[in-house]
Amino acid sequence: MLYIKCPYCGLRAQKEFSYGGDATVKRPNINEEISSEDWDNFVYMRKSPRGKHIELWQHIAGCRQWIKVQRDTATHEIFQTAKVTEEIR
Amino acid sequence: MSQPFRLNKEGLINRNKKISFTFNGKKLFGYEGDTIASALIANGIHLVGRSFKYHRPRGFFGAGVEEPNAKLQVEFNGHSEPNVNATEMELVEGLSATSQNCWPSVNFDVGAINNFLKMFFPAGFYYKTFMWPKSFWYKIYEPFIRKAAGLGVASIEKDKERYEHKFEYCDLLVTGSGPSGLASAYAAAKNGAKVILAEDKPRFGGTLLTDDVSIDNLSGKDWAEKIISELKSMPNVTVKNRSQVFGYYDHNMLVMFERVSDHLEKKSKFIPRQRLWYIRAKETILSTGSIERPIVFGNNDTPGIFLSAAAKEYMKVYGVLVGKKPLIFTNNDSAYETALEFKKNNVEPIILDTREEHSSELIDEAKSKGIDIRFTHGVIVANGYKKVKSAKIGKLNKDKNSFEKIETIECDCICVSGFWTPSVHLASQSGNKLKYEEKIDAFIPDKKKQHETSVGAANGSFTLEESLKHGFENGSNLSAKITETKTEISIPNVNEKKYGAHDKFWCMPLPKNENPKRFVDFQNDVSVSDIEIALREGYRSIEHVKRYTTLGMATDQGRTSNLNGLQLVSNIENKIVPEVGHTTFRPPFTPITIGTIVGREVGMEYMPTRKTPMHEWHEKNNAVFVDAGVWKRPRYYKQGSETLFEASKREAKNVRENVGICDVTTLGKIDIKGPDAAEFLNRVYTNAWMKLPVGKARYGLMLREDGIVMDDGTTTRISENHYHMTTTTAQAANVLSHLEYYLQIVWPELNVNVVSTTEQWAGAAIAGPKSREMLSKLYPDLDVSNEALPFMGYKEAEFFGVPSRIFRISFSGELAYEINVKSDHGMFMWEKMMEVGKEFGNQPYGTEALSTLRIEMGHVAGPELDGRTIPSDVSLNGLVSKKKDFIGKNSLGREAFNVESRQKIVGLIPIDRKSSIPEGSHIVQDQNAKLPNPKLGHVSSSCWSVENNNPFSLAIMKDGKNMIGKKFFAVSPLKNKSIEVEVISSHYVDPEGKRVRS
Ligand SMILES: [Zn+2]
Repeated sequence: MLYIKCPYCGLRAQKEFSYGGDATVKRPNINEEISSEDWDNFVYMRKSPRGKHIELWQHIAGCRQWIKVQRDTATHEIFQTAKVTEEIR
Repeated sequence: MSQPFRLNKEGLINRNKKISFTFNGKKLFGYEGDTIASALIANGIHLVGRSFKYHRPRGFFGAGVEEPNAKLQVEFNGHSEPNVNATEMELVEGLSATSQNCWPSVNFDVGAINNFLKMFFPAGFYYKTFMWPKSFWYKIYEPFIRKAAGLGVASIEKDKERYEHKFEYCDLLVTGSGPSGLASAYAAAKNGAKVILAEDKPRFGGTLLTDDVSIDNLSGKDWAEKIISELKSMPNVTVKNRSQVFGYYDHNMLVMFERVSDHLEKKSKFIPRQRLWYIRAKETILSTGSIERPIVFGNNDTPGIFLSAAAKEYMKVYGVLVGKKPLIFTNNDSAYETALEFKKNNVEPIILDTREEHSSELIDEAKSKGIDIRFTHGVIVANGYKKVKSAKIGKLNKDKNSFEKIETIECDCICVSGFWTPSVHLASQSGNKLKYEEKIDAFIPDKKKQHETSVGAANGSFTLEESLKHGFENGSNLSAKITETKTEISIPNVNEKKYGAHDKFWCMPLPKNENPKRFVDFQNDVSVSDIEIALREGYRSIEHVKRYTTLGMATDQGRTSNLNGLQLVSNIENKIVPEVGHTTFRPPFTPITIGTIVGREVGMEYMPTRKTPMHEWHEKNNAVFVDAGVWKRPRYYKQGSETLFEASKREAKNVRENVGICDVTTLGKIDIKGPDAAEFLNRVYTNAWMKLPVGKARYGLMLREDGIVMDDGTTTRISENHYHMTTTTAQAANVLSHLEYYLQIVWPELNVNVVSTTEQWAGAAIAGPKSREMLSKLYPDLDVSNEALPFMGYKEAEFFGVPSRIFRISFSGELAYEINVKSDHGMFMWEKMMEVGKEFGNQPYGTEALSTLRIEMGHVAGPELDGRTIPSDVSLNGLVSKKKDFIGKNSLGREAFNVESRQKIVGLIPIDRKSSIPEGSHIVQDQNAKLPNPKLGHVSSSCWSVENNNPFSLAIMKDGKNMIGKKFFAVSPLKNKSIEVEVISSHYVDPEGKRVRS
């Protein structure tokens, strides 16, 4: 079970969080014209890297904030966590 | 009642307390502090079970977790537990143990015929033999294997015991209380660190209890006692015996299995049986020690053959002799300590040492005591079927592949030692890639992935001096980094015997024309020849060899077999062991009970139970409840001997004809506030929200980004910047997360806040043609006319002095209202409604009637919004705005979503107007077509239409709208039904929606 540092609450067990996928994906702006290829890439295409991955987690049984977590997908090492408004590296 | 193999004085057992127990029905006794194994051996009993494959007689081999053979069915304290390790289970009064894996008895076992047919049971036997003919598997092979090869029997009784889970945090977790563990814990505790020291056995001290050493002029045992009592007195230290740390998980979370009360004769009902600890440790010291490695020889599984350290432990801890004519077979010095212990107890051992004659401290001592030592000798084969009677021994030639001389000598036990294997399971589980240490011919931890440090024998240090030094240093340094305090501790003076080098020799050759079984893995009956066959058949990877032969795959995880298996493969393949590699270690290190894993999450505690404020009323009025997520909802209110079908029909009919009330508290409710709330809703929902006036509700549909419908519900504008959203019961949590995601990440510029208010409000729906009349009685001062409170209208008013919200919304398709009051007033509201509603024929209705009402109206719900449908599939495209953008809009243009023949919602009625159509049925053209019969759609929801008095279903069907008027079959192989149906509109009742607006 991972041990995740919520930037608002501190270190908490993984049980309190839910996973939200790649944090670097940016949703196209509302009302913006977009090619169907770009849209499909946004909806469906995700990288599955081995190693460092910046991802979203929500502290669902805590402060309910979505946060960014930089995790190694192979070792589960967590390098950094941040508020979604902050940059990781 | 004498115990022929119990010593007079030795041991740490309590001789003042006799404990009686039975083994295979025979009454025996032991002492407090005995294990089942030590008590049986004291009584001269060695034959305890039959082996897994060949049903060979088996006895004890070890004295603790390393035991591969002695697994018993044990009954105690009202439990019956299979596969209990006899070497670990403490004796308790009245315990009854029986052999397993034997039939009809351990002394006469029919399955032992397998032993004489062993040429038919080579490696991969099960894979090869039982493959053909296929039809034989279920009826012949499988039952036969089950009966012949089963382990113990799991109880089918409900477990009455209590199990607990505990979450703990510490600076340093120390796993094992041998010398290095004690030293680590002590040093860390002195630095002020929060320490947990876990010991698997009942007694602390590990090898200090059995080794002939002294520390600061105290015996090992006394020094351990001194340290433990000091640790126990420190407030920052938790000391736990009978506690096995069995799993090392991510981010330094370790899981520990504590046997809290199995050893107690009487216990309070408030004490759990066992406890699972989840421990998050900043640092972990792995002081798990080492396990003795056997040497492989012929019939080495005969009862009476022990690991040499186990024989010593039986003498020193339990005061028990494993035999009176011992043969010690070793490739190293440590077995000499066992020999000396025998000698001390006036038993004459013979030592067979595979090494050339040489001198060392222990060899010299044994010689001086007159012990018979035979160098370059080894055991070829043990004789005796149910117990060792003699051994054929041989003098090895120079290359150790044949014999210069062979003779047979009498013995009643053989104590074997092939040097030591560090217990690296936890280190390996933590992600540590192990390395092969040639000096000790075993794997030790290498580069760490987590915060773990192996010390002492677990790290390959086999001297006490080194173990203590490692322990003190690591315990002190690791904890000082955390507490920023360093207390100097002087490392104690140690007196121990120096060991010489071991012999790299683990498998005795066989003389020509002799072919006894030589076992590598006792628990799974894997022999040298099985491994040879696997390699001959082309298996090369050790992981493949393991699976093909089942080497190391039993519950003992190959603790005594892994290295000998690897050594064999490396000898045959002419590789060195590290090239062969080792197999992966996985938790749990020792088997643990299912009860402990489950903990308190059984029965009512399996999930949280949510009850509405009106729950008690429902209970009193014969409601039959149904689980809706974690909520309990009334499914129907039973009157007299009514069935579900009759009751729901009555309730639904009453709503259509009079009026009914339904507890809708469980609907998800979300408060949405802020100046940008309208803009936010406009993006979240598919329909337009910018112009909804204050005091009005609107039905809304939300999609996922892939265009699939996520949820539906009504949202009401309470005031300028305040909205009240409702979600389905099932999706409430997901919708809240979804909204938070967009507000926090995608559109943080929108000034909106959302919060769940599901628990704040109790809700009741009033539905039916007489609902307005009833409402006017509930709110005598309020104008509830169609003009003042139209469909989708909203009002706030006092409900008999209590603030309330009135929504004119409908799920049943009837004229209907929904009243919300604060949860505390829920019961009051409900009771008032029942009182006032009497004159209108009001009756409460449950979820079954609610479903009937919505299905015959063609209102979609969970079964239709199943994560595969887009708005036009379920006739909701009217709610999809063409003008504005919203979540998921771009996906609706996808080609597959727009083909003419795409699945659409339709209604189905049976041709005979009688047969109910099972939900989940497939719609097919021809019920007799050859399989696979092309599927045209599926039945999503079914009911008995109370309006038309015949069955009606909703279905999602290919090219649905063009199928109306056509006939098909709804087939349910599950219910063995095939019903001819006609496709009609999904709006079976009031298709124009007049009633809700009436
Ligand atoms: Zn938080």
